[in-house]
Amino acid sequence: MLEKALEGGTKYWTWVIFLAALSAVGTYYYLQQYAYGLGITGLSRDVSWGLYIGQFTFLVGVAASAVMLVIPYYLHDYKKFGKIVILGEFLAISAVIMCILFIFVDMGQPMRITNVMLHPTLNAVMFWDSLVLSGYLFLNVLIGWVTLGADRKGVAPPQWIKPFIYLSIPWAISIHTVTAFLYAGLPGRHLWLTAILAARFLASAFAAGPALLIILAMIVRKVTTFDPGREPIQTLGKIVTYAMFANVFFLGLELFTAFYSNIPGHAHPFHYLYAGLEGHNELVPMMWTSSILAIVSLAMLLIPAARKNEGTLAFAAVALFISLWIDKGFGLIIGGFVPNMMGQVRPYWPTYPETMITIGVWAIGILILTFLYKIAITVREETKGVELEH
Amino acid sequence: MSMDRRQFLKIVGISSLFGLGASAASATYPVIAPGLRPDQARTKKNALIAKRWAMVVDMSKFKSEEDIKKVIAVCHAAHNVPDFGNIKDEIKWIWKEPFKNAFPGQEHDRMSAEQKHLPFIVLCNHCDNPACVRVCPTQATFKRKDGIVMMDMHRCIGCRYCMAACPYGARSFNYRDPRPFIKNENKEHPTRTRGVVEKCTFCTERLSIGKMPYCVEAAPQGGLVFGDLDDPNSEVSKIVSSKYTIRRKPELGTRPSIFYVIGG
Repeated sequence: MLEKALEGGTKYWTWVIFLAALSAVGTYYYLQQYAYGLGITGLSRDVSWGLYIGQFTFLVGVAASAVMLVIPYYLHDYKKFGKIVILGEFLAISAVIMCILFIFVDMGQPMRITNVMLHPTLNAVMFWDSLVLSGYLFLNVLIGWVTLGADRKGVAPPQWIKPFIYLSIPWAISIHTVTAFLYAGLPGRHLWLTAILAARFLASAFAAGPALLIILAMIVRKVTTFDPGREPIQTLGKIVTYAMFANVFFLGLELFTAFYSNIPGHAHPFHYLYAGLEGHNELVPMMWTSSILAIVSLAMLLIPAARKNEGTLAFAAVALFISLWIDKGFGLIIGGFVPNMMGQVRPYWPTYPETMITIGVWAIGILILTFLYKIAITVREETKGVELEH
Repeated sequence: MSMDRRQFLKIVGISSLFGLGASAASATYPVIAPGLRPDQARTKKNALIAKRWAMVVDMSKFKSEEDIKKVIAVCHAAHNVPDFGNIKDEIKWIWKEPFKNAFPGQEHDRMSAEQKHLPFIVLCNHCDNPACVRVCPTQATFKRKDGIVMMDMHRCIGCRYCMAACPYGARSFNYRDPRPFIKNENKEHPTRTRGVVEKCTFCTERLSIGKMPYCVEAAPQGGLVFGDLDDPNSEVSKIVSSKYTIRRKPELGTRPSIFYVIGG
C-alpha cells in the first residue's frame, strides 16, 4: 500500500515539498545545535527543559487520544467510527514519532541514547516511558496496517489482530500515565507534584487529540473525495466537550489546592504563570490567551447549536487545540522550573534555532501523517460504498 | 565461604534476574575496604574511607567574603569547572547563596535584610535518598556505598532529568563545550565534554589518596568539617549530635548529608 503515498496531484506534491523544506530547515538548525550544544537554545541551569520536552508531553497526549476512537468502535461497536478509526491510529503513529524526535533533539549526548536500553533501570520512569512509547508505536503500526490492508481487499481483518486492538486501549492510557509520572514524582517541583497530574494529562489529551481529529477530518473532506461523515465528527465533538470539561475542572482543583492551602511553594508557579512573579511576567499573556480560548471553546461546545454547526465546531476545535498546546506544550513545563529550587525567578524563552528545530520536527510529523493519510484515504476512495467488515 | 566457579555463575545468573547481579558478584570478591565495592579497587592503602560521608558547614567560621571565595575558587580550578561569564550556561559545583535562597521558606518578614542575605555555602547534598539517582535512566548518576552520589560522564546521555529532580539545584549541564572556558586546566583532573551533567563529587579522587576534599582544606579551621556520619566518634557526628544543625529542605525526605550549624 506504501506506493499510494507516491501518487498524487500537483497540490499534494506542493504540500509534501513544503513540509520537506521545513524539515530541511529544522535539520539545518539541528546540525548547528549538534555542533554547538544545547546552549543554542534558551535552556539554562535553572530551566533545563523547555519547548522540546513540552512538545513531547503534548504529543504523547495526541498519540494516546486515538483510544477515543478505538473504544467506541471496538468496545461499543459504534459503527460510525469505522471509516475514521484509521485516522486516529495513523495520527497516533505520527505523534509518537514526533515524541521520539523531540526527545532525541533534547538529548545532550544523542549518540548515547541507546544507553537507556543497554542499562535498563527499573526505577527510572524514563526507561518505562521509552518502553511504553515504542510499544504503542508498534501496536498502532501493526493494527493500522492490518486493518487497512483487510479493508482494501474488502475482507474482515484477521481474528488474531483483535487481542492487539484490545491491548492498545490500556496501552494508550499507560503512555500518558507514565509520561505524567515523569513529572509527578519529583520532590520540590510543586507545580508537578500533584496526584491528579496523570488524570489532567489524560483529560487534556482526550480533548486536544479528538479536537485535532475534527480539524483533520474536515480538511480530508475538503481536499479529497473521501467524506468521514457528519455524524462521526459530531460524536468527536461530544467527546471533546466532556474531556475539556474534565480538563478545566481539574485545573480548577489545582488552583483551589494551591490558593486555599496558601502554601507558598504551591502557589508560586501559578502566580508566575498567570500574574507574574518578581517583575517577571513573560508567560502571562500566553497563559491568559490559553485560559480565554479554553473558556470560549468550552462554551461553544456546550451550546448544542454551536457544536452542531460545523463552522463553529471547527472554530471551537482550533481554539481548544491552541489553548491546550499553550497550557501543556509550554506553560506546564516552564512553570515547573520557575521559580527555581532557590526560589529565584529565572525566565526562559525559546531561541530562534530552537523554534526552527521544533517547527522542523512538527514538519516531519505532519509529513509522515500526510503520507499515512494519503494511503488510508486512497484505500477508502477505492472501496467507496463497500461496507466495512470489522 | 567457598564457592566453585559453577556455583558462582549460578548465583550471579539467578540474582541478575532480580537486578541483584552486582551485589552477588561483589560478595565473591575479596573485600578491599569496608563499604567499598570492587569497582573502587583503585583505592590505595591510605585511602580515606567511610560508611557515609557527610559535611558540616559552619558559616560563623568564615570571617570574610574572601574566605568563601577561596573555597569556591580552589574547587572550581582543581576540577576544571569552566567560567562562561553568564547565568544561562553557568556551571558550578560549590557556591554561595543568601540565607533566603539556600533555605527558602525559612526567612520571615521581620528578619533584617542583612540576615536574609547572610551567605551560605551550598553544594551537592549527597543525599542518602537521592532523587537524581532514582530518575536517571542510565545509572549514569549513582550512589556509592560510602554515600557519595557520583556521576559517570561517559554514560550520561544529557537528558537532564536529574536536574529536574534535584531539589537543591546542585547540578549543572554542559550547554556548550566547556574546554575553551577553563582558565588554567588542571591536567590531573579530566575535563568534560558538552552535553553531560556534572556536580560536586566530594572529591573522590582526593579521598582515594588519603586527602580531604579541596573545599575542606581551603576553608578556615572548622568552617567545613568532613567525616563519617556513621562513626559516632567522628567530628561530624559529634557536632551534629551536640549542636543545632539544619539541612536544606528536610521535608522532602532526601536526607541530605550536608549539615549547617546555626548559631555558631
